[in-house]
Amino acid sequence: MQQGASAEIRKAEVLRGSSIIAEIKTGQIEFVVSVPDITTSEGLLRPLSQATAPHLIRVCKEDEGIGICAGLAYTGRRSLLLIQQTGLLDSINAARGVAVEYGLPICMMVGLLEKEPGVPPTQSKRYGVRIVEPILDAMGIAYHEIEGEADVGKIKPAIDNAYAQSRPVVLLIGRKPS
Amino acid sequence: MMKRHDCLKVLARHVTDADIVLPVYSTAFDWIEIRPHPLNYLSHGAMGLASSHALGLALGRPDKRVIVLDGDGSLLMNLGSLVTIGTEAPPNLYHFVCQNGTYEANGDHPIPGRDRVDFGGFARSAGYRAVHEFSELKIFEQQIGALLSEPGPVFADLKITSGGPQERDYTRLHGPHVRKAFRDALAAG
Repeated sequence: MQQGASAEIRKAEVLRGSSIIAEIKTGQIEFVVSVPDITTSEGLLRPLSQATAPHLIRVCKEDEGIGICAGLAYTGRRSLLLIQQTGLLDSINAARGVAVEYGLPICMMVGLLEKEPGVPPTQSKRYGVRIVEPILDAMGIAYHEIEGEADVGKIKPAIDNAYAQSRPVVLLIGRKPS
Repeated sequence: MMKRHDCLKVLARHVTDADIVLPVYSTAFDWIEIRPHPLNYLSHGAMGLASSHALGLALGRPDKRVIVLDGDGSLLMNLGSLVTIGTEAPPNLYHFVCQNGTYEANGDHPIPGRDRVDFGGFARSAGYRAVHEFSELKIFEQQIGALLSEPGPVFADLKITSGGPQERDYTRLHGPHVRKAFRDALAAG
């Protein structure tokens, strides 16, 4: 009963793109590197594309973005890779080599395509969503679920920690930000 | 056709202590013998990504020339990076591809389309500011200085032959000491 009520509350939650962008800026992100993702397209990528900062780099493929973020990291400039989970899955070898084995602060914000709002990713009906967290666990990559406004406060500390520890982090966007 | 080793020796004479150089695979093993330097960026993590690392470095450090020594097989794995680089257009990025038509480090198998692929054409249509092609060492020697003075992104297709067997100790490319040396050297200036 409690769980059901809790799930209903999560389902009704709101996630604002403006809150996420504010948190990204507070996290000193200077570059957003992106392949469009339908979950974050309107609420995040669209406003980011209309702003002067952070600088938006549109890439052709997600693993390309991992390389760009790595190069930027060596120069001391912070970046965020904004992609869809399909792109994350496509980039596993780059994430393995560049982010994990080299220990670089690659920060990835990943829209979960077709995840049901309020449902934990591992309980999604979508196979492509269910496998994301187990894969990240297997790779030893830290991740955080960003499902509602209450989760947005996780973003800056996650970015700061990634750079402080020189480790990758994934921020999983579980619903379309408004 | 130029011998890669000869070509790299010519290039090395024009690279300064301030420049960042990203050589890949077989070219990297030749390069670190010819020009060992802490600002050689050797750890790319996955095949094809050198040009993308280079773009990040070029944007993050616009005060430095960033020189990629790509492979043709490597570049085929990341052709989209040409478009991204052409769009971002960093003036300090110089992208060479050592075209020998093979996956040299993986058994000398031919790359797809080895007799037809026009890397210069790809770069030109992707928006590089200048595109060059060299197959004679003498001409390369005459023009390389001016090429490295042009505003980037500049692309150069080097038609080369390989230098024969190499001792490939990959810890010389991927070892943590290599990345630390690069990080320290970059932070120092």
